[in-house]
Amino acid sequence: METKLKKVDIIFEDDKTSPITILEKTIKRSADEIILDLIDSGLKGRGGAGFPTGLKWKFTRNEDSDVKYVICNADEGEPGTFKDREILDRVPEKIFTGMAICGYVIGAKEGYIYLRGEYNFLLKTLQSKLNKFNGELKQKNIDFAIYLRSGSGAYVCGEESALFESMEGKRGEPRNKPPYPTVAGYNSKPTVINNVETLVYTTMICHMGPEQFKALGTNDSRGSKVFSVSGDTPIAGIYELELGMPLNQFVDEFGDGDTKAVQVGGASGHCVPRKKFNDTIIGFEGIPTGGSMMIFNSTRSMYNVLHDYLEFFTEECCGQCTPCRVGCQQLLKGIEAVKRGERSPSYLDDLKNLTTTMKIAAKCGLGQSVGNPFNSIIDNFREEIIY
Amino acid sequence: MNKYLVNLKVNNMPVSVEEGTTILDAARKLNLRIPTLCNHPDLTVAGNCRVCVVEVKGARVLAASCAAPVSEGMEVFTNSEKVRIARKHIVELLLSEHNADCTKCFKNGHCELQDLASEYRIGDHVFLDLVNQEYKMQDISSPSVVKDDSKCIRCQRCVRTCHELQGISALAVTNKGDHQRIATFLNKPLNDVVCSNCGQCINRCPTGALTEHNYIEEVWKAIYDPSKFVVVQTAPATRIALGEDLGLPVGERVTGRMVSALKKLGFSKVLDTDFTADLTILEEGTELLTRLKKALVDKDDSVVLPMMTSCSPGWIKFQEHMYPELLDNLSTCKSPQQMFGALAKTYYADKINIKAQDMIVVSIMPCVAKKFECERTEMRDSGYQDVDFVLTTRELAMMIKQAGIDFNKIGEEQYDSILGESTGAAVIFGATGGVMEAALRTAYEIVTGREVPFTNLNIQPVRGMEGIKEASIKIKNVKPEWSFLEGVDLNVAIAHGLANARALMEKVKSGEANYHFIEVMGCPGGCIGGGGQPIPTSPEIRKLRTDAIYSEDANMPLRKSHENPEVVEVYKNFLGEPLGHKSHDLLHTHYKPRKRY
Repeated sequence: METKLKKVDIIFEDDKTSPITILEKTIKRSADEIILDLIDSGLKGRGGAGFPTGLKWKFTRNEDSDVKYVICNADEGEPGTFKDREILDRVPEKIFTGMAICGYVIGAKEGYIYLRGEYNFLLKTLQSKLNKFNGELKQKNIDFAIYLRSGSGAYVCGEESALFESMEGKRGEPRNKPPYPTVAGYNSKPTVINNVETLVYTTMICHMGPEQFKALGTNDSRGSKVFSVSGDTPIAGIYELELGMPLNQFVDEFGDGDTKAVQVGGASGHCVPRKKFNDTIIGFEGIPTGGSMMIFNSTRSMYNVLHDYLEFFTEECCGQCTPCRVGCQQLLKGIEAVKRGERSPSYLDDLKNLTTTMKIAAKCGLGQSVGNPFNSIIDNFREEIIY
Repeated sequence: MNKYLVNLKVNNMPVSVEEGTTILDAARKLNLRIPTLCNHPDLTVAGNCRVCVVEVKGARVLAASCAAPVSEGMEVFTNSEKVRIARKHIVELLLSEHNADCTKCFKNGHCELQDLASEYRIGDHVFLDLVNQEYKMQDISSPSVVKDDSKCIRCQRCVRTCHELQGISALAVTNKGDHQRIATFLNKPLNDVVCSNCGQCINRCPTGALTEHNYIEEVWKAIYDPSKFVVVQTAPATRIALGEDLGLPVGERVTGRMVSALKKLGFSKVLDTDFTADLTILEEGTELLTRLKKALVDKDDSVVLPMMTSCSPGWIKFQEHMYPELLDNLSTCKSPQQMFGALAKTYYADKINIKAQDMIVVSIMPCVAKKFECERTEMRDSGYQDVDFVLTTRELAMMIKQAGIDFNKIGEEQYDSILGESTGAAVIFGATGGVMEAALRTAYEIVTGREVPFTNLNIQPVRGMEGIKEASIKIKNVKPEWSFLEGVDLNVAIAHGLANARALMEKVKSGEANYHFIEVMGCPGGCIGGGGQPIPTSPEIRKLRTDAIYSEDANMPLRKSHENPEVVEVYKNFLGEPLGHKSHDLLHTHYKPRKRY
């Protein structure tokens, strides 16, 4: 079948330039120039929230502090996302390089990779590659070193402030914001925290210049991104694709011909039903994703899908704030009650109202986004929930 | 550093506040009340209950006003439709996981969640009942604190109290998501963990999840039992706080009315722990001087300095868990409550011709650790349990209400005699620094024959709310028998709240500090801020109670413990002398090391 999707090869490409060479070349330029290039490239965070990377670095650079940190968020825990694992496995030097460039730009001497607990099988090889990289930095008199930290399996620790708490040896619970990490992150010092993939793109933008990156994607969603494609597809896997694609093209390429819905952005993302495939753009102007694309065909019960997601959030919420801790339980038990006929179908509307409160009153992104799958599945598959 | 003023509007009303101020405080400046649950003036900001959310114009989400700082030009709405719906939802959610059997709750009528539910007129529950039936099993293992997880709203005020104020963390957050709860180490019974029994968590729990182990019914039963002679003793700090639970303003002294109410409740005799506070000064002051002599003159290596006070049972248990290597530093004096119990069932029982086994001793205490203390096996020197029941200030207020006594209209009465006479030195035991001040008033005079060189006997350097206070008093022109103290700088330190105590102990252990005498009170502010005192508490409330304690002292005809005529009499007719044989048997005790887990 002919495809209209543009496949890209930036993240994993091997043009024989060693990352350390990219680093050496880059740090000959001024920090402000690098920031301007990043802003010009339009790169936004690839973890899902999409904050402009250049601005994040700029804000942190502008903070007056002797100690700053660069942190690579490798706590890839969103259900359906597995692209960082591949990046960490295949091109870790590109991540290290992005961190070192960031260290140079913001004035940090230490970087940390917070590795998802379940990815501990990567620790050994990562550490040895890191030792080599740190050795090279030392040799070249670059005052920066990267250390590894292992998470312990809590989903919420992927939330940046919970990640800092976890790194500091405390319970992984999100903090109140402000202050934001650029002002007070790890150890309350100005911190850049970037997703694995974002850091690789910064390396590559520094290497190839912003133009090539900018030429990809749309106005709001520049560049490409690595997608984790899973579910009812014959070709599950990792794909780097241009951003801003219409969902129907994606389904044409990856679906099994019987696609009923696509969950874009993992459990905390949106569920798009077939009838909306044509109007849905994958990108910051449409539905953004940290990479997860879960495809469901007509054999799947959307009640089960939603039930699984809600079970996941009920268990993985840190438990500190009321809207999330109790809200998740109410949503989960609520759809069970409707299914069993103990509550009338209209109770789903009470629950939808509750997600509005969760969205605006929960302390962190976890509780705020539970309404995404809930509402998009209830709105589009209401009958599957009730009957 | 000068702080900038930030201009903002709250509900369209302009207000200027210092940068760094929270939205909550800015709103308070405009007399706007925003409800809170996890927020507490003594604790760091948590921002986890979310009840205080407000709308900030232009913001994607609501802000937790307790945690969000103001910014220039900010427009805040505390009661918009969005806010109201969210807030009501949050209260409904909290109620859905809360055992809202309010009529059977010890905190019925004193519950912040109940108040909010009432304010928002939460009717029939919209949401499903999520109360975990297992949590309904209360932990009643501790004689001091009762923990009921089915009432817990996870605000973590107790967790922060135990960690930040007390430095213990007997309570901590465990598990996550729907299994998140506040628990002891490995969920062991409270009586089996490092809990000091201070009850500060109770003072800050917004609901009935943490309450005192109450003994009201037991005390009523004793009062109604014609075969029992029930005497009651009242601690120094109860008389300046009881009124708060009976509709009176904070800081109102109610000594005479409290005595009157106790008589009306039916106690056989109303006596005063202040009497044994004075006695403690004689015993402890003598112990200090003896230790100093042994150390300075006899060069006796077995004598341990600094000597540390032993009045506060929360502090004692803390020390037994955390610094067992410093137990010899503790004064061997029992607390005034226990000295009272031991004397009541011996000396006093003889005097009034009542058999000790027919006597019930009840204490009214600002404290819940005293409930544990009275059950210690060491506290049976009369041959019986010296003190039978301990009630908190709060429990006494409940009994007064139950008895239909109009506390505002009853007259004032005097304590019965004997064991009812006291001095100003005794009443200041209720405030941090008070034991030190009382001890100095007496010890200085014993050694020099002169009053302490402070205006009106008020030893200001040991007063106040600083976490750790230090003072040095030069001893000059001593009596001949105390010549070894001539020219000595007596170095003292005072800590209140166990986190401060820990800091002080670390200084002692490292040898950084060179003190002779240390006073520690387990609770912030001392007994006036005790775990059995009326709720709420705050720095302002504790300040007002402290002021009341010192004016109680200032108004006493006698202000020095050694001048208490009943104390003089008890030595003459019964005890002999301080640290004498009888004192040793009845008024002194020992301590035991405890594990941390």
